[in-house]
Amino acid sequence: MIPFFQPRSDLPISADSTGRYLPLLVAVMVFLAVLALAAALAVGGVLDDWRQDVAGTVTVQIVPASGPDPVAARAETDRRVEQVLAVLRAQSFIVVARPLEEAQLVGLLEPWLGSSDLVRDLPLPRLIDVQVAEGARPDLAGLARQLREEVPGAALDDHQVWLSGIIDLAEGFSLLGIVVVGLVAAALAATVIHATRLGLEVHRDQIEVLHLIGAHDRYIAQQFAARMVGWTLEGGLVGLVLAMPTLMLVAWLAQDLEQGLLPPFSLGFWGWMALALVPASAALLALVTARVTVRRTLRRML
Amino acid sequence: MRTSPDTADAVVRFESVGLRYGNGPEVLQDVSFSLTRGSFHFLTGPSGAGKTSLLSLLYLARRPSRGLISIFGRDVTAMERDELPPIRRRLGVVFQDFRLLDHLSALDNVALPLRVAGVSEADIQKHVPELLAWVGLADHLNAKPPTLSGGQKQRVAIARAVINRPDVLVADEPTGNVDDRIAFRLLHLFAELNRLGTSVVIATHNEALVRRFAFPRLHLEAGRLAVLPPLAEAEAAGPTAETFPQALTDGGGAAR
Repeated sequence: MIPFFQPRSDLPISADSTGRYLPLLVAVMVFLAVLALAAALAVGGVLDDWRQDVAGTVTVQIVPASGPDPVAARAETDRRVEQVLAVLRAQSFIVVARPLEEAQLVGLLEPWLGSSDLVRDLPLPRLIDVQVAEGARPDLAGLARQLREEVPGAALDDHQVWLSGIIDLAEGFSLLGIVVVGLVAAALAATVIHATRLGLEVHRDQIEVLHLIGAHDRYIAQQFAARMVGWTLEGGLVGLVLAMPTLMLVAWLAQDLEQGLLPPFSLGFWGWMALALVPASAALLALVTARVTVRRTLRRML
Repeated sequence: MRTSPDTADAVVRFESVGLRYGNGPEVLQDVSFSLTRGSFHFLTGPSGAGKTSLLSLLYLARRPSRGLISIFGRDVTAMERDELPPIRRRLGVVFQDFRLLDHLSALDNVALPLRVAGVSEADIQKHVPELLAWVGLADHLNAKPPTLSGGQKQRVAIARAVINRPDVLVADEPTGNVDDRIAFRLLHLFAELNRLGTSVVIATHNEALVRRFAFPRLHLEAGRLAVLPPLAEAEAAGPTAETFPQALTDGGGAAR
């Protein structure tokens, strides 16, 4: 590919076909890894915002029971409130669950309905203020389901339930991104192992000469590692350079979407730094892999 | 001759060494000899007698199937892999087919033993061209082996073998594809190195050479080794059918 990183070498490793395919493979791998990592980081950043939205308070609403006998209906409604409170207090992520007093409710409605005895007679829904523990990861979707099943007329605030579902999905994506990066790293290591073994086999004769004139295994490992690092950096930088405009395109497309729906796509300084370090990390991985492979293989050779 | 009976002085010692490849017959049997510091031996014998096998044991390319080999007073038969390089660095080897690295210049080929030993680049740039000039390759420092003639390659190979002033020099048919005139010159070069204290072993088929330089012989015949006196002396003691008067008269002076 590009004759950049070509240190002087005692072995003609650069002359074999490895030099053509390894940088190409690494370019593709680094491209994929950068995209996956960017996705994981960006989603991770958005997640923090969303988690703050669901943290704090949630509201449970209970539709009043109806019946011919207002007193019995009222008692039934009170029973439902107690039921909901029991469910809520069983949740580890809930600090406080406090039903709003009827007076408070009326107060809330006053700006719209005015304060009159009429309002007092209306079958008002009951509201329960729920305080979610700081830093907890509330399973609001699960809670909503449980409330719906156990208590007739009880419902958790819709927006927060939806957001909680989105958070689970986003966390899945974020994790997937990390898994993809891990898989790419494994594929890179396997590729370097293969290329190194091939090189050792092809240059067996020259390696024997180096041994016979007194080279240690680590001297030979050094030669291979230097070459693998050169190729990996070469391919890695190409992959990074190709990934950057792709990311900017995604960010630009997201800008049109995000109004209200998505928080802005941003990685922050450290996020971009992490992406820029992907080729270097790939090179480091190649270095260690090549060294270990050479020393292991040579130990079997004599 | 510098060969001394004192075995404590031995730089190389073979004791009842046997070598077989795989499950095949032994190509070397009960080989015993020792080389003292500053000794000079020819290794002779018919093709297939095991000369190259014996040398490969000597320059640590393989381990014997049985017996003991000690080099510089250390048993190398059971030595750990990591302990071999320091010993190999004290051995200079001229391989039969030179085994130069074709992608490296003459200079880099000769520099190789220094580089693997971690010698500084400044020292390499100072000593290597000097030695190459001395073997007559001053104009070919940057030439790659494929562009060199057989004789030139050989001189590169010899320069590589002697660049780090080995304590033992092993050469396998170093005069195989050069004419007698050059062969004698090379032998003088080895003799010169030998005078500085290097023990030399040279495998050769060239009988004229063996006669001319009256050094003792390690003679291999069907895998068995005999240590024989210099050919010239042997013939003087009991004349045989072969006589090379020319070589005999020249040999006396060259042998020192």
